[in-house]
Amino acid sequence: MAKLKIEDLKKIKDRVHAETALRDGYNRVKVTVHMGTCGIASGAKEVMDALMREIGEAEVSDVMITTSGCMGLCSREPLVTVEIIGQVPIKYEYVNPNKMRQIFKKHVLEGEIQTPFVLAKGAEIVK
Amino acid sequence: MLELALHILDITENSVRAGAKTVWIEISEESRKDLFSFVIRDDGQGMSKAVLEKVMDPFFTSKKVRRVGLGLPMLAEAAERAGGRFAIESQEGLGTRVAVEFQLSHIDRQPLGDISGALTVLIAGNDGVDFVFRYRCGDRNFGFNTKEIRQEIGDVPIQQAEVLKWIRQYIREGLSEIGTSA
Repeated sequence: MAKLKIEDLKKIKDRVHAETALRDGYNRVKVTVHMGTCGIASGAKEVMDALMREIGEAEVSDVMITTSGCMGLCSREPLVTVEIIGQVPIKYEYVNPNKMRQIFKKHVLEGEIQTPFVLAKGAEIVK
Repeated sequence: MLELALHILDITENSVRAGAKTVWIEISEESRKDLFSFVIRDDGQGMSKAVLEKVMDPFFTSKKVRRVGLGLPMLAEAAERAGGRFAIESQEGLGTRVAVEFQLSHIDRQPLGDISGALTVLIAGNDGVDFVFRYRCGDRNFGFNTKEIRQEIGDVPIQQAEVLKWIRQYIREGLSEIGTSA
């Protein structure tokens, strides 16, 4: 494989521009991986890796990913919050790469909440 | 935590929470001195002397959702276990600097692990924070700066899946080129 160069980003930029022009550049879903010490120690990075790979493979550009800190439920980590914009956020507990892939394919892409993995509905209060 | 890359990810999240705009991560591998070290420096809000004295206590945290704060103590422990040392300096309003050293060949030194992945996760999860990364290996080195990436991609968000994939691969290639062994 040819070595990657900074200039390659130009091509990516042009391609993304062409895609976003079609959908007005808004995000449909926000996925948050909780990345506190407790989350990282229990595998949140691997969950995030799986999520990024899924997004790349599905070639969707309306899913926004972000990370957040610990919310005090360390024993239930790794935690992932899926928020379809305009709907109540759903928090998933004990997530691993396999569950993440399922949550992505079913909930993020098709809107079907994966009840067996759900911890709670709603957003935490950040103190 | 089984990899140093995870510690780096964890400690850098502290910087982000302290409101840093830029975080500098420098890793250095010197086989001649049998030394492996890294420094994480930020321009966040910093800490007062009183807080700084307490950060190494596992039962101290600035968060209110739980009563323990294990990130820094676990990293210090990992360094001490591997014949190394740990230092933290901070100035209120200016930022914080964490420096850690390990004996490179020590049997209990954790492997560096997936550092390109850890950096990609940091970039993906923290919009608005710039990361400056450098890895020195003997007299060779590899550098990476998200400011340069942002310049190239213009109005495309750095969190875009293709951009992130490129970043991960770029760092991985850069590191294998300078022949890192940690």
